[in-house]
Amino acid sequence: MMPAAPTTEAGLTQAGPGTRQPRWLWPLLAVPGAVWLAVLFLLPFYVALAVAGGTVNPLFLNAVPIWNPVHWQSGYVRQVFADLFGANAFLGPTVARTLLYVAVASVLCLLIGYPVAYFLARQAGRRKGLYLVAVIAPFWVSYMMRMLAWQNLLQGNGLVNHALIVAHLITQPVNWLSGMPVTVIFGLVYGYVPYVIVVLYAGLDRIDGSLLEAARDLGLGRTRTFLHVTLPLSRQVVYAGALITALPMAGDFYTNTMLSGVPSTTMVGNVISNSLSTPGQGGEGAVLVLFLLIVMLAPMIWYVRSTSRAGIGDVL
Amino acid sequence: MTGGSLAPSAATRVALPGISRLGRIRRLRRPSILRGFVWLYLVWSLAPVALAILFSFNSGSSVTEWQGFSLRWYVGDPYYSVLHDPALHQAVIQTVRLAVLTTVVAVPIGVLFAIGVHRWRSRQASAWTFVMLLAFVMPELIFGVGIFLLLTNLLTFIRLGTTAQFLALVAWNISWPAIIVRARLQSIGAHYEEAARDLGASATGAIRRVLLPLLFPAIFASVVLVFAGVIDDFVIVDLLSSNAQSEPMSVIIYTLGAHGGSAAAPALNALATVMLVMSIVTVAAGWAVYRRLTRGERRRDEGLSLGPLTGA
Repeated sequence: MMPAAPTTEAGLTQAGPGTRQPRWLWPLLAVPGAVWLAVLFLLPFYVALAVAGGTVNPLFLNAVPIWNPVHWQSGYVRQVFADLFGANAFLGPTVARTLLYVAVASVLCLLIGYPVAYFLARQAGRRKGLYLVAVIAPFWVSYMMRMLAWQNLLQGNGLVNHALIVAHLITQPVNWLSGMPVTVIFGLVYGYVPYVIVVLYAGLDRIDGSLLEAARDLGLGRTRTFLHVTLPLSRQVVYAGALITALPMAGDFYTNTMLSGVPSTTMVGNVISNSLSTPGQGGEGAVLVLFLLIVMLAPMIWYVRSTSRAGIGDVL
Repeated sequence: MTGGSLAPSAATRVALPGISRLGRIRRLRRPSILRGFVWLYLVWSLAPVALAILFSFNSGSSVTEWQGFSLRWYVGDPYYSVLHDPALHQAVIQTVRLAVLTTVVAVPIGVLFAIGVHRWRSRQASAWTFVMLLAFVMPELIFGVGIFLLLTNLLTFIRLGTTAQFLALVAWNISWPAIIVRARLQSIGAHYEEAARDLGASATGAIRRVLLPLLFPAIFASVVLVFAGVIDDFVIVDLLSSNAQSEPMSVIIYTLGAHGGSAAAPALNALATVMLVMSIVTVAAGWAVYRRLTRGERRRDEGLSLGPLTGA
């Protein structure tokens, strides 16, 4: 059904309504949304550039943006570079840490998410609807509540420590919430794995069942069918799943604050969000956000293009 | 599309019951490891939240030891309950206010945007669609910091607080109705509106009397998603809140709960539970209404075999 739809639709819409309705009507309908996005989504990037290329008011320590690109200065950029690579570079380790946390957490998300999504798409059977509801449920629980829930469990006298002591895995309660990288990565995985599952499920569910039937009919076992048919067919969607978690994770600052809040686990997101409230550091925050944007822009565009090719609804 | 290649193997199964039974045994045994894994995942995923809800009804202030049922943290406690603590109380109001305002403005703008760019058919239209999709996948931190810098450096007449949060949330949420309605438009096609025009409807009349009713389920779905999304939103409202008055529930949980808990932990659990109930009621009611809205259509489609209507 899917392959046939576009041709008929294109045929219909070419002779479509655009020819007979006033030409100004359609752009007019799009204007409010376009203006809103232009002012509050596109314009901010120019302001960020102006702040990043600007100076600081020495008296009040507030950022002084420079609006004319010709006069932009490199002070903030040089300072951020010094913080990243210079002698007492406090940002370098933070960036490395963020990359490490995001990489480990993304891989764990995929390792947990793929089997769950595979089960939902292929083997959930008649109870599929119920399983789907259970898997989607965390979407409607606020992220903060989910972190708060783990904060309850991971406290010094919390249930996790109780359980581990009862199981004789530890003798003393572990201080999970005071700057343990394991806890932060755990929190990231817990927070983002539902998103991976939904993306992977959408992709795995679309794989043509007849291909798997054919592989089985030709004598491949369950394992080899999976390895030679399902897995290669789901490569694209695995990339998409990794991306949909890695992008927001790289800008995450709240997971770290809720589950650690100690400088030894600070992530890039923390530095950026703190810079907004610290006088005199607005410019550096702007530079960091622009850096983050540059790093993320290519994968974002790849994601938008690959999903719009597969059908616009799948961006969700 | 699967019929052709599926049929022979299905036939083989019917013809050879022995193999079919073997197959069923294997299917029951092999995936059970996988099923067990999925169950473990579900418990891990949902149990912590269930425990947080449970302990919001604890009569003591512990979040680990059950001391009896009470509504102390909701209404009873004169200082720390959701009802009596001014910050928690205000947070509920602020969340509802932002959710209603954002939904009322973002959904109509997004729907009109979707209709507009869908029919506009020009390079500009696809450019705006791209901008909209980019806004959809932009990490919220970048989005929020951008608006923070905009409002503190250029549009300084808009102060941080409810207005700033509202403006930013609308921008952040336009994409939902725009994407959902656009997908729906693509599957509806143009012939219904053309028929209306042939029968003498004006351009705007055809939109209002024919297109909008057809789009209604998609619009309704966006209302639910935007409303529930704003309730749970954190990054934007946190970056753009100015004082305690403009901090919604998610931000209060963050500021009071950060750095490993606080004395008000059970009250925060209670607040989070209130938030959860709001989202669930929104989504459940929305889902029920959506099923009702689309039920007749699904049946009609079967009768008239209007495949493209349900496509996408």
